[in-house]
Amino acid sequence: MRAFTYQRVATPAEAVAALAAHPGARLIAGGTNLLDHMKLQIATPPHLIDINRIGLDQIETIPGGGMRIGALVRNTDLAAHPQIRRDYAVLSRAIVAGASGQLRNMATTGGNLLQRTRCPYFYDTNLPCNKRDPGSGCSAQGGYNRDHAVLGVSSACICAFPSDMSVALRVLDAVVEVMGPDETSRAIAIADFHRVPGETLPVQEFALAPGEMITAVTLPPAPGGWHVYRKVRNRASYAFALVSVAAIIEGTGGAEKGGRIALGGIGTKPWRSSAGDAAIPHGAQAVADALFAGASPTDQNRYKLLLATRTIAAVLAAAKG
Amino acid sequence: MKFETAAGDNPIDRGKVVGRATPRIDGPLKVAGHATYAAEWHDQSNLAHGYIVASAIAKGRVNSLRLEEAKWAPGVITIITAQNAGTLGQAGPNAAKLLGGPEVQHYHQALALVVADSYEAARAAAALIKPDYTRADGSYTLAAVTGASKSDGILGQPGDTALGDFAGGFAGAPVQIDATYTTPDLAHAMMEPYATIASWDGDRLTLHTSHQVVDWARRDLAKTLGMPKDHIRIVTPYIGGGFGGKLWVRADAVLAALGAKAIGRPVKVVMPRPLMFNNSVHRPATIQRMRLGAGHDGALIAIGHEGWSGNLPGGDSEGAVQFSRGLYAAPNRMTRNRLSQLDLPEGNAMRAPGEAVGSIAVEVAMDEMAEKLGMDPVAFRIRNDTQVDPEHKEKKFSQRQLVECLQTGARKFGWDRRNARPASRREGDWLIGMGVAAAMRGSPVLRSGARVRLVAGGRVIVETDMTDIGTGSYTIIGQTAAEMLGVPLNWVTVRLGDSNFPVSSGSGGQFGANSATSGVYAACVKLREAVAARLGIDPAKIKFAGTKITGSGKNVTLASAAEAGELTGEDTIDFGGIRQQRHQATFGAHFVEVGVDIHTAEIRLRRMLAVCSAGRILNPTTARSQVIGAMTMGAGSVLCEELVVDPRFGYFVNHDLAQYEVPVHADIPHQEVIFLKDPDPESSPMKAHGIGELGICGVGGAVANAVYNATGARLRAFPMTVDKLLEHMPVPG
Ligand SMILES: Cc1cc2nc3c(=O)[nH]c(=O)nc-3n(C[C@H](O)[C@H](O)[C@H](O)COP(=O)(O)OP(=O)(O)OC[C@H]3O[C@@H](n4cnc5c(N)ncnc54)[C@H](O)[C@@H]3O)c2cc1C
Repeated sequence: MRAFTYQRVATPAEAVAALAAHPGARLIAGGTNLLDHMKLQIATPPHLIDINRIGLDQIETIPGGGMRIGALVRNTDLAAHPQIRRDYAVLSRAIVAGASGQLRNMATTGGNLLQRTRCPYFYDTNLPCNKRDPGSGCSAQGGYNRDHAVLGVSSACICAFPSDMSVALRVLDAVVEVMGPDETSRAIAIADFHRVPGETLPVQEFALAPGEMITAVTLPPAPGGWHVYRKVRNRASYAFALVSVAAIIEGTGGAEKGGRIALGGIGTKPWRSSAGDAAIPHGAQAVADALFAGASPTDQNRYKLLLATRTIAAVLAAAKG
Repeated sequence: MKFETAAGDNPIDRGKVVGRATPRIDGPLKVAGHATYAAEWHDQSNLAHGYIVASAIAKGRVNSLRLEEAKWAPGVITIITAQNAGTLGQAGPNAAKLLGGPEVQHYHQALALVVADSYEAARAAAALIKPDYTRADGSYTLAAVTGASKSDGILGQPGDTALGDFAGGFAGAPVQIDATYTTPDLAHAMMEPYATIASWDGDRLTLHTSHQVVDWARRDLAKTLGMPKDHIRIVTPYIGGGFGGKLWVRADAVLAALGAKAIGRPVKVVMPRPLMFNNSVHRPATIQRMRLGAGHDGALIAIGHEGWSGNLPGGDSEGAVQFSRGLYAAPNRMTRNRLSQLDLPEGNAMRAPGEAVGSIAVEVAMDEMAEKLGMDPVAFRIRNDTQVDPEHKEKKFSQRQLVECLQTGARKFGWDRRNARPASRREGDWLIGMGVAAAMRGSPVLRSGARVRLVAGGRVIVETDMTDIGTGSYTIIGQTAAEMLGVPLNWVTVRLGDSNFPVSSGSGGQFGANSATSGVYAACVKLREAVAARLGIDPAKIKFAGTKITGSGKNVTLASAAEAGELTGEDTIDFGGIRQQRHQATFGAHFVEVGVDIHTAEIRLRRMLAVCSAGRILNPTTARSQVIGAMTMGAGSVLCEELVVDPRFGYFVNHDLAQYEVPVHADIPHQEVIFLKDPDPESSPMKAHGIGELGICGVGGAVANAVYNATGARLRAFPMTVDKLLEHMPVPG
């Protein structure tokens, strides 16, 4: 860990002002991701801005429909919120499928959206990694990549995006609200918030501009339907997804009328497409074919295509029943 | 005391304290945070902190460490390197140097120690060091180097054994199995990392450290640092797990000692978690070929077991084939243990070395054979039991209750409900299967000493350099003394893990419990004699019970025996005679039920049962804890644990606990353990055996066999992760 200075701010406006005033500074929320990176010197911010006391820790109903989740709402609180559990169950289920109780107590909505890859080469500063050290290369290609992405990959990077919560937000068509340096706000659709690596460096993972802070995530009016989050992993808990499926299936008890589906664990970002949604009435293989069009698996992670297909089938079968 | 003939009746047989289920006496200290672990001796004044700089390459040379920037970083006092450390010796058990440079032998080998006023300063400065290397080519893939292997002995036993005519017996056998299994490199992944606080007083060195065998730590440090052994004091009263990874001195101890010497202040070195996997030792991967030949009657005609593993030059093999040598009868037998050179981090002992992974191959092959014979796997194993060492027929087992273990387990587990046809039982999305495996693990002993003091009030203090690595040593040693001296357990204070105390066996190879309590037994016998002498009681007649002493017409309190001053008994147990004449081993049977998700191939354990025979069970509570921990570890080794090798860079890629997946609580269902508990008079005066490693042997095979029964998919490359199992799964209907 490199020595750093630390500042605690009291309002969102102070936070963005502090970001503007300290080049290279980072916000710290729960710290469950950032502190690990600092200890390993994957991140070496000279200055930390602690946003844990700026408020933004409420979950509110939006008049006219929808919910607004403050950026500092803890994962535990979000997953346990009665209205979230009732109307946006896929989100609640996705969150509790991730990490551990202790981590979720600290982890925040904003931090979770911005968590970085678990690629082992990213985590070892002795190894080449374009994401950590642009231009050094991607060690996962030709190396260990059993857990890596098959969709949205490029020659620069093939690591999977690890967040469970974000997969649910993707299927819910959430919107990320951010505040810029001059306290201006803008809204970014979740589909655009996470970015696939291009061929150019550095790898841009998030649509957040320098100096911007997440203030909230909004959810559209309750979508109804049957909500499921199915996460597949080698151990029963406390592991990242090999494949995960977030789905909202409309109309149960007979032939599916349709719905929405997003996948985690297989892409460089949460993966969803309109073709995939449209294929739901035609069954798992059709959905998988639509979603995996253009997939680029390695020998080690090719199993994810079959695994995802089977997992989608399990989800659709359960929805029927 | 020399143990040479079978033990007769002795005070331990009373079973008033020994053999009773007793919670560990050090438990409250641990729960309350009062058990001081190696890094927690905060009473050190003027403590400095060391941070290890580890190699970024697996093999090659350091051209320059480039220390300039770090030297002048805030708080830095000195930097220890191979250049300024003086000549270091190489202790026998270490294959790689604990302080490398300029030659690099493996990834994350220590190249320097930055010593600074604070941990944070040392860590920050260490990160400034970016050595200049020249990489050399190395060998990192076991399968690629098996051709260049040589025979390697296993703990004093030959590398190759043969009896009868294996080739002929196998070729002529009506039913044959010929299959190859692979097990991955495995990490000890103990909770407490390596940690040491070193301090010097003149030419005397004290180490507060975490080590399984105190006397080996002294021996190996003396060799490494080139100083007399008796100038080194080791203090290691509490150890947060070791599993064999703390049998030998590691970089933390050597570097802390060097750092403290250089600056004349105590130095603490804690191994950061990401270094624990490549800087340290691990269980080497194996490739194992099993050939079994049997008659239609189910009698094995030929057993052939070949094992390959790799290590750094000077390192040992993973003697997997050992498991075949003593388990089943067959007239024609062959084992071959082969070692190749690899440039991965050093392989070394891990819980039931050889046997833990050997048992996976053997017990899966037995399952494959039972199926081919159309026999029940339990009946097939019983059919091939033996009461004499199958390789040395003149040698009987001191105790062998494998058949009883299998029969008891089958009954308790409801084995008769198993459908022999794979993939035939489904509950919802789960395919359910059951598997069985035999367990066997040698039960060695080592000489072990103790001092037992009778002090004011009849209270008892036991002192021995024995360690408690989380196993329950404190408790069973206290129970032994309490039984021998006729006092309640809370009259006994147990002091362990200090080289000022008599030399014990230490903890490892499941020899600790039996050896160390026998040493305490011997010391107690001496103390009883001293008491008898002081009180003028015939030592043959004296009785210690209920805090009273009786005999020769006297009836006095134990306290009165200490009135004229403290009495001490000190002795060391040595083993010979009957121990050598018998094959000494422990046995068990594992029964496992798994569910496998028909869609995703996720394997989830549903029930586990182990039936164990290990002589007298000194304390069923701590013994059970050992067995269920071992079952968990064994399950992990076939389900999710695997050190992944990147052969381009020559290192274990997944070197932290987020990426090296050990089972979590949600993975482990209720575990039942049944002990047969029959004392074995030929094992020791305690009539006990080790138990800490028996539980890991066989369990992986039972899990694999259950997965096969559930799915019909026979995986032979472990662990059985989703990516491997999925394509072999039945198509969900
Ligand atoms: C052992 C372990 C297991 C885990 N398992 C899982 C799992 O199974 N599934 C899963 O989804 N996750 C898992 N996680 C990841 C966990 O969910 C994230 O660490 C957590 O959500 C991050 O939130 P945080 O508030 O702690 O972020 P921090 O660490 O505080 O911040 C993360 C990043 O976000 C930035 N940031 C934080 N808040 C804002 C804001 N409001 N605006 C702009 N930038 C901001 C920070 O500057 C930093 O760059 C695991 C983590 C660990 C350590």
